[in-house]
Amino acid sequence: MTLTAALRLTRPNFRLDLDLEVAPGEVVALLGPNGAGKTTALRLLAGLTRLTEGHITLDDQPLHDLPVEKRPIGMVFQDYLLFPHLSALDNVAFGLRCQGTGKAESRRRAFEWLARVGLEDHANVRPRQLSGGQAQRVALARALVIDPRLLLLDEPLAALDAHTRLEIRSHLRRHLADFDGATVLVTHDPLDAMVLADRLIVIERGQVVQEGVPADVARRPRTDYVARLVGLNLYRGTAAGHHIKVDDILFTVTEHLEGPAFLVFAPSAVALYRTRPDGSPRNLWQATIDGVERHGDNMRIHLDGPISAAADITPAAVAELDLTPGQTVWASIKATETHAYPA
Amino acid sequence: MAGTGREAVAGRLPWVLVVPAGLGLLFLVLPLAGLLVRAPWATLGERLVEPEVLEALRLSLVTATVATGICLVLGVPLAWCLARLSFPGRRVVRALVTVPLVLPPVVGGVALLLVLGRRGLVGQWLDSAFGITLPFTTAGVVVAEAFVAMPFLVISVEGALRAADLRFEEAAATLGASRWVVFRRVTLPLIAPGIVAGAVLCWARALGEFGATITFAGNFPGQTQTMPLAVYLALETEPEAAIVLSLVLLAVSVIILASLRDRWVNSP
Repeated sequence: MTLTAALRLTRPNFRLDLDLEVAPGEVVALLGPNGAGKTTALRLLAGLTRLTEGHITLDDQPLHDLPVEKRPIGMVFQDYLLFPHLSALDNVAFGLRCQGTGKAESRRRAFEWLARVGLEDHANVRPRQLSGGQAQRVALARALVIDPRLLLLDEPLAALDAHTRLEIRSHLRRHLADFDGATVLVTHDPLDAMVLADRLIVIERGQVVQEGVPADVARRPRTDYVARLVGLNLYRGTAAGHHIKVDDILFTVTEHLEGPAFLVFAPSAVALYRTRPDGSPRNLWQATIDGVERHGDNMRIHLDGPISAAADITPAAVAELDLTPGQTVWASIKATETHAYPA
Repeated sequence: MAGTGREAVAGRLPWVLVVPAGLGLLFLVLPLAGLLVRAPWATLGERLVEPEVLEALRLSLVTATVATGICLVLGVPLAWCLARLSFPGRRVVRALVTVPLVLPPVVGGVALLLVLGRRGLVGQWLDSAFGITLPFTTAGVVVAEAFVAMPFLVISVEGALRAADLRFEEAAATLGASRWVVFRRVTLPLIAPGIVAGAVLCWARALGEFGATITFAGNFPGQTQTMPLAVYLALETEPEAAIVLSLVLLAVSVIILASLRDRWVNSP
């Protein structure tokens, strides 16, 4: 059940250009900021929006000419869109009824699915009376009961509070593992993407900017957006051997590279000093403090200067060093704490 | 405190507005009160069961209900097309639909005669091909009422359709529902309150219809003489009977208003 798609859409202020290939049983997450075109891509796959150009092929069968209702898809919408006038059971049975399955049989199979998502006690409840997490599970059952070959999930966890999110995320992960068709998932939350997806496709402004398995994307971000998502400082420079020149600073790294390269390091690996440290540690630069804010248990210092960077240090260290915005400090990073890769 | 300041402003009654408002209310309520005061309460019971009254009431209820049925069958799809399809001249079509709303009903009756009368554009064909004659028949009453009342239904249903969340229909389509199934199993239930409100308004308008009915269908007791026509006729010969008939219509109106109170009276 391989999905191959070339999604091209041209709108007055927006262009989407996305090539997609999803293997059977594979979960691909489209990750990107708001307005990047993630949901549009999903709507194109579903047939809710028309392609300007391109194709969608599932198992060698072209989908792009089929109307929405003829496509073998299941879709879970961001706010679930459970039909308010139907019970949870009839919501799940809806798709089967549309396929021509009899009423009793539809309800029996719908009930089985409600049981699979742990909601057999809520069969006769109207969507209004369901909690967010329960509604999400009903929406998932409604999409999966019709045995789709392509499952589309639009921000499946975005409408949930933090606690429910954790629980539903692992619940969703189990069901995605059981599903043998192709799954395309849209999210702006890196954690959802990392936990749920086998492969990430990061899109910005309608274009793919990075693609890969979650661990690789997290370790080697290629755009500022991805670097921010995974919480790393990212720079683009020119490598020569064990050195990378970023603006005017020469960084020493452990990797051996030539030519354009990316350099990343974690904010927690940055060391700060009031005065120039003794000896001559490498990877040292002078910076101005742009801002100080809480970040978990630590404080995040935003540094301006030849390069802008984030540094995480303990509140005690902030007090000791008397760090305030506008102040000049020395920042350094150990070569072993950096990671460099070709750009 | 901002709160006290506001109360102080609210405390000074703006007489320039309150006085005409009170007069306006009086103007609306007084005639109804007069109807109640002058009603022949002592003989009300026997007058109500007079055959002419019952006959007019029965005819009114039947024709208004059938007219509402026709309006539903034709008007809901019309509202759907106006709300969901974009076609050239849609604004013109919407304007045309609302014409009977502002057209004097008598003019509507004349227009119906010209089209559906025995010598009318469509009427002569109906007569020669099917032997159907509409003017001055009970069916003619239904046609006149439906003509005048349909805009109420269409406007109400179109409003409900525009307010309904289209994404539910998209969700239904992803589950394999064809357009017709989407309409029947998702759209209709979602806009049901709007349809009910529109149908009730439509029915009330049909029940009170006078001008188009008397012009197109005439005034034959038992056949085309509905309640409003009976009131008008009785006023010349037997004013007390007119009051009784009017009371019945008033009662029906109040019941309709009560049934719609959540929708119309309590709306902000």
